[in-house]
Amino acid sequence: MRKTVIPFGPQHPVLPEPIHLKLTLVDERVVEAIPNLGYVHRGLERLADVRDFHQMIQVVERVCGICSMIHAHCYCMGIEELMAVEVPPRAQFLRVIWSEVHRIQSHLLWLGLFADSFGFESLFMQFWRIREKIMDISESTTGNRVIVSVNVIGGVRRDLSAEQTRWLLTELDWVEEQIQRLQTTMMEDYTVKKRTVGKGVLTAQQAYELGAVGPVARGSGLSQDTRQTSYAAYGELYFEPVVETEGDCYARSKVRFREALASVDLIRRALDKLPAGEVRAKVKSLKPPKGETVMRVEQPRGELLYYFKGSGEKNLDRLRIRTPTFANIPPLLAMLPGVYLSDVPVVTLSIDPCISCTER
Amino acid sequence: MQAVKRFINRMRSKSPWLLHFDCGSCNGCDIEILACLTPVYDVERFGIINVGNPFHADVLLVSGTVNHRNKKVLTNLHAQMPSPKLVVAIGACGLSGGIFREAYNVVGGIHKVLPVDVYVPGCPPKPEAIIDGVVLGLQKLQRLHEQPSVEKEA
Ligand code: SF4
Repeated sequence: MRKTVIPFGPQHPVLPEPIHLKLTLVDERVVEAIPNLGYVHRGLERLADVRDFHQMIQVVERVCGICSMIHAHCYCMGIEELMAVEVPPRAQFLRVIWSEVHRIQSHLLWLGLFADSFGFESLFMQFWRIREKIMDISESTTGNRVIVSVNVIGGVRRDLSAEQTRWLLTELDWVEEQIQRLQTTMMEDYTVKKRTVGKGVLTAQQAYELGAVGPVARGSGLSQDTRQTSYAAYGELYFEPVVETEGDCYARSKVRFREALASVDLIRRALDKLPAGEVRAKVKSLKPPKGETVMRVEQPRGELLYYFKGSGEKNLDRLRIRTPTFANIPPLLAMLPGVYLSDVPVVTLSIDPCISCTER
Repeated sequence: MQAVKRFINRMRSKSPWLLHFDCGSCNGCDIEILACLTPVYDVERFGIINVGNPFHADVLLVSGTVNHRNKKVLTNLHAQMPSPKLVVAIGACGLSGGIFREAYNVVGGIHKVLPVDVYVPGCPPKPEAIIDGVVLGLQKLQRLHEQPSVEKEA
């Protein structure tokens, strides 16, 4: 049978970002996919040469606008470790709260785009309608919608008042109810099942060998979540990774639904236990970071890894960022062979690709 | 003929179709552009539709900085759009390179490769600001339509 090569992307309607896959097809089925990246590479890691380590917080937030809070959180944790800063417990809890707000936002965004990828546009609108409520929460508690900029070295910039906490709880109830309602709409829909069940299957063995992270790994039955390492305040909040075993697109969307609901619960528990006190430690008199360290946190898309090397100067010697999508590209290439061409957008989107993260 | 042209121009500015290109942005601007299309802001009620095909688009929304790799993709897309066309640069990145201006793979703002009609500042700009930018651009487009006839009369 003759082979056909079809380019997918870089400018493709279902993907908001430029990713280019070279698909080799036999008949209508994919036999091989070769990724071609680099369209949004900016060279952000080297900005550490010109910006000092305080200014770098703003830069790492812009690695990816969708999970800016979590990037900044990871970066601050690393620098705090190098400088031996003790972060006040209230700040730890607030960081968890905002990180989880971001996770819900990101999962809703993804669920919307995913629904759009198989042509369910009204569902896309519904998810984004709920997401706007989360954006309101971000805006009224941090001052910004997307890039929240609340992290500083030694804590956070803002505090939650009692009134805000109460308001947050009522809003969360609404969000939870809406997500649950859409969960039944989406997961029990015949057409959705038709497009997602059994598509792009990744077995647990493959997921393990190829180093899948985040919802992709958990959708294939691997129970790993970096939040289990109890960074920030996660140790004090009861927490269990969400795992599904089928390993197809359906399982991955189920994981994200359940994670969004779990995040709502986590925020509630964190608000409940929120300790009183300072939100920011004093770091003015401390020396700039010196030494090496590695930090890992859980992003909505999986494990995020930062490597720091400082020599006691204002500028870091090296900052290395490994983002979850980078780890999830090999699993994607393993999922694609055997898939019909018309399912390629759905399968590609099911790993939640964040290209601007990957290419930095 | 003149009447048909006038009709087309009127329709073009009353129902502009957008093409969005992510040109090395951090996603912050992209999700705000997408948010414009969703129920809370809902630009579709003004007849604005986001299309994936440059041949159908009147307005090119570009977010992010130009880099050495996507420079060509961007100019290609712009060349494929039918004129008169409008370029709206979104966010600090599109204006000047923003926070990434010193990075090694960044060329700078969109104006380095394309003529830009409207700049929307902010990092990221709020959806209201983006809508405002597009509306400003449409006013400019309308003026462009009217100009040739003004010349004729004169
Ligand atoms: S202007 Fe800001 S939010 Fe927009 S792409 Fe640039 S860094 Fe991201």
